[in-house]
Amino acid sequence: MGFCLNINEIKELAKSIRIDILNMTSNANSGHPGGSLSSTDILAVLYGDILKYDSKNPKWEDRDRFILSKAHACPVLYAALAENGYFEKSELLTFRKLNSRLQGHAHIKTPGVEMSGGSLGQGLSFGVGVALSAKLDKKNYKTFVLLGDGELNEGQIWEAIMTAKKYKLGNLVAIVDKNGIQNDRFTHEVMDLNPLPEKWKSFGWECFEVNGHDVKSLIEVFQSINFENSKPKVIIADTIKGKGVSFMENNPDFHGKAANPDQLKQAIAEINNH
Amino acid sequence: METGSTREYAGKKILELGAIIPNLCVVGADLNKSTFTNLFAAKYPDRFFDVGIAEQNMVNIAAGLASSGKIPIVSTFAVFGSTRPMDQLRVGVAQSNLNVKVILTHAGLITGEDGISAQSLEDISLFLSLHSFSVLVPSDAYEAQAAVELAVNTPGPFYVRLSRPAIPIINKEDIKLKHGGSNIMVEGSDISILACGYMVHHAIEASRVLKEKHGISAKVVNVYSLRPIDSEMILNCASKSRFILTVEEHFKYGGLHSLVSQIVTQNNPVKVHSVAMNNYAESGTTDELVKKYGLDSQSIVEKVLANLN
Repeated sequence: MGFCLNINEIKELAKSIRIDILNMTSNANSGHPGGSLSSTDILAVLYGDILKYDSKNPKWEDRDRFILSKAHACPVLYAALAENGYFEKSELLTFRKLNSRLQGHAHIKTPGVEMSGGSLGQGLSFGVGVALSAKLDKKNYKTFVLLGDGELNEGQIWEAIMTAKKYKLGNLVAIVDKNGIQNDRFTHEVMDLNPLPEKWKSFGWECFEVNGHDVKSLIEVFQSINFENSKPKVIIADTIKGKGVSFMENNPDFHGKAANPDQLKQAIAEINNH
Repeated sequence: METGSTREYAGKKILELGAIIPNLCVVGADLNKSTFTNLFAAKYPDRFFDVGIAEQNMVNIAAGLASSGKIPIVSTFAVFGSTRPMDQLRVGVAQSNLNVKVILTHAGLITGEDGISAQSLEDISLFLSLHSFSVLVPSDAYEAQAAVELAVNTPGPFYVRLSRPAIPIINKEDIKLKHGGSNIMVEGSDISILACGYMVHHAIEASRVLKEKHGISAKVVNVYSLRPIDSEMILNCASKSRFILTVEEHFKYGGLHSLVSQIVTQNNPVKVHSVAMNNYAESGTTDELVKKYGLDSQSIVEKVLANLN
């Protein structure tokens, strides 16, 4: 199950997801485009090649689990789900509207969403529970948890990091979308995380570093994971907040603000011409 | 009078259920000897997870287990399992209506000598504020076992409130509880005393004294299920009593008194008086504390007499 797209197809998928994100957030006149665009290539690779799933049977018990801990970036997840057949793409424009299944922060009422979020720091613990369950049931599915770098400020993340090591959760993969910007300011100004790989390694995790916008490198890093060893894995993905839209890139203003109609036209043109 | 501690009997029930429910898991936070979930841990080590002193982590791990078809019990003290992971209980459990059973021990004033940080007087209010949680407050060791069984066998998030010390046994060993039920412990016609948890036996004793020394017939209802709550029983009491007195080992606001008042004011207004905690307490023994802070049977009798006159 899953699509096993080639690199060019994944790049096209990423383009479509980016345009979806911009249309959704601008149509809602709210939402979080910056951290959605920084995660886009990661999700395009996961949903285009890596994850095992059946979009017509979202609760398939052997599916790989993708958990969006940074649940404010739900536009990227909704777009990836719609582009891969979980629901109609037309539903994306109901995002943040009354009676929609597409809530302002990810909620399990949306087909394909594994965890309700919206308060940072909870997803890795949830992923530990899911990965423990897989081991108990002797299931082969893998659990992937996408974290923001700002989210690593939360102490609970480090509780979960210790627990995953204790229970030898080799079937658990954390991905850090390291875009360097959180709500107020640059991450290194709010709470410097460096040296980040050393921190994870010292907690007993196997650590990979990758350019989070290089589709080929992302595929290679996911495929290189050895799930047979008992170490939990973390992929630290260097990304650019607002990636793909010149005026959003590295701009803290677009953490939680949508493009206005003129900006939206320009943004979509930039992505199409890329 | 025979006594038993609700936490110990509940721990034995969790062990017993482990044999017949293969999906039952326990997640603990380094207090498993005190909560008696160490019994389950010894028998089912693969289904027991000690996450250390990390209650927030514990709650979301339980949520992850529940989302994968397990029935996880979250086990620690009431003070640590309510206030500290409230955000995780709200967003991670309640808002997804996940099948997580939060069974917390050492609740209430009678945790005693450890003092105010350990005396959980807010937990009922906090769990009632989480919309999808059912809340059970058993009155003795046998009822604690029945409450655990009801919580584990009923889908959805539950809070079960347990105590530290051995308390009087007032129910039969084979008692069964109903989701949203209550039990009449003493029949009476003048007033109704609605009590929950550890306070039920004090209410029964108060009713005896009121009858024998003052000729007052006080009905005692054990409101073991605070959500769902037995509205029919409460309205029945309201229509047949001069007033209602609620009795709880918890702050006055947000618990039994608040719930009963809400129901009565919207349907059949009658005065609802309260015996409850009105301030933080201090270190002391159970007997010393309930006397000084006005929760013993004598305090209930005095409250009734004061409001009859």
